[in-house]
Amino acid sequence: MKMLINVAETVVADALRGMAAAHPELVVDVENRVIVRRDAPVADKVALVSGGGSGHEPLHGGFVGPGMLDAACPGEVFTSPVPDQMVRAAAAVDSGQGVLFLVKNYTGDVLNFQMAAELAEDEGVQVASVLIDDDVAVNDSTFTAGRRGTGATLFVEKIAGAAAEEGMPLERVEALARQVVASSRSFGVALGACTTPAKGSPTFDLPAGELELGVGIHGEPGRERRAMMTSREIADFAVDAVLADLDPRLPVLVLVNGMGATPLLELYGFQAEVRRVLDERGVAVARTLVGNYVTSLDMAGCSVTLCQVDGELLRLWDAPVQTAGLRWGR
Amino acid sequence: MLDAAFFVRWMTAAAAVIDREADQLTELDSPIGDADHGRNMQRGFAAVVSALEAEPPATPGAVLTAAGRKLISSVGGASGPLYGTLLRRAGKAFGEAPQVSADELRTGLGAGVDAVAQLGGSAPGDKTMLDALVPGVEALATSFDAAATASEEGALATVPLQAKKGRASYLGERSIGHQDPGATSSALLFAALAEVAK
Repeated sequence: MKMLINVAETVVADALRGMAAAHPELVVDVENRVIVRRDAPVADKVALVSGGGSGHEPLHGGFVGPGMLDAACPGEVFTSPVPDQMVRAAAAVDSGQGVLFLVKNYTGDVLNFQMAAELAEDEGVQVASVLIDDDVAVNDSTFTAGRRGTGATLFVEKIAGAAAEEGMPLERVEALARQVVASSRSFGVALGACTTPAKGSPTFDLPAGELELGVGIHGEPGRERRAMMTSREIADFAVDAVLADLDPRLPVLVLVNGMGATPLLELYGFQAEVRRVLDERGVAVARTLVGNYVTSLDMAGCSVTLCQVDGELLRLWDAPVQTAGLRWGR
Repeated sequence: MLDAAFFVRWMTAAAAVIDREADQLTELDSPIGDADHGRNMQRGFAAVVSALEAEPPATPGAVLTAAGRKLISSVGGASGPLYGTLLRRAGKAFGEAPQVSADELRTGLGAGVDAVAQLGGSAPGDKTMLDALVPGVEALATSFDAAATASEEGALATVPLQAKKGRASYLGERSIGHQDPGATSSALLFAALAEVAK
């Protein structure tokens, strides 16, 4: 497997040096692995900190900036960051209004953010945490570690980020983040496995004529393997899986997300099918976003995330955002 | 009786065996996880050895708490907090004692294992590191060699289990038939312990 890297050991640090060079509006601490918006701490604003394994770019570092995150902590590839990073990030962005940790539901992320919250509070920083768990492919928590956090992370970070930017207090920003989590569901499919730099070969074998249904974003296999399906068939399957867990009477934000190796040509084609299914099911579409936002290195495939919105969530979604990976309204 | 130097030797031997087996751990982590367990443990234990060499702690308790803290701040993922907690709790249980008996080691590690179970919200049979840690600690009552054997058997016994915790749990029934990488690395800790006790 050929990769545009130097050596596996420095992949994350090298990427951070590149981010620093490309985005003077960010402060990138390469050694300590913390990305902070340059104007932080922003006076009288609740600060948002997220993070997780690297390999999901633009998540999370690409979502640092006005209207979204104040800081992000990238871990090693597919490995959660360590508490020291989050404590450092929290201290760097806290304006005295408190810090909200946005945590994807993976055992490592949960444990490390939990430890970090305790340590940050020892240092006098008020911390609240919201767990993101939107993946309907996962059985409930009596069988597993609970639903994974995937595409909904973008909705949570954007909407809570807008709320914080408006000056809402910590409890309100936290409540809105929880509302977005409760209103969002995702389903992912892989057409091919990804290759981590450390391993150098695909994490699982996927023969040419087959696909994996219900994958996450860490190159782990899904729950079921089937003969290859058309974009139309995949959309029917994925959207119905997501809708089974949502109220069809409310309008939705739609994220058609690429996993890293699927071109926009295919993603837009898939989006057309997603839209068709939603129309057939009578679900109103409020906004749609198509692209590679919550990726899994070079995995081929896509995910669909729907988030049911009321007027306020939609207003916050539309609010200006200025980050490396998402920007509009300015 | 076991002194601080013994525990430093244990951690050094653990780092060496994990370094040797890193590719194997990563292989085990590929079909049911995300193919990084070997690399993460390698990084963590290398950091532990550097820290212990730079500033050798004076007591067994201090060695394990320092090692645990280093794992938490360098491994990441679930392994960092879980292994870090295992060693930190064991170290705390030793208190300030300049030496500990084999029996106190078993009690201390037992406290560490309980803390791991609580932090991970898991129990033996969930296809996690507990499946090697629990039998390993129990067999310490017999000998270090018995602990190494029991934990290795515990790791092997995870093959037919369905994972209920951690990333492998997302595979549901498809996690069956694979040996748990966390249980395997836990067994390596007992192997290292048996090695330095010889």
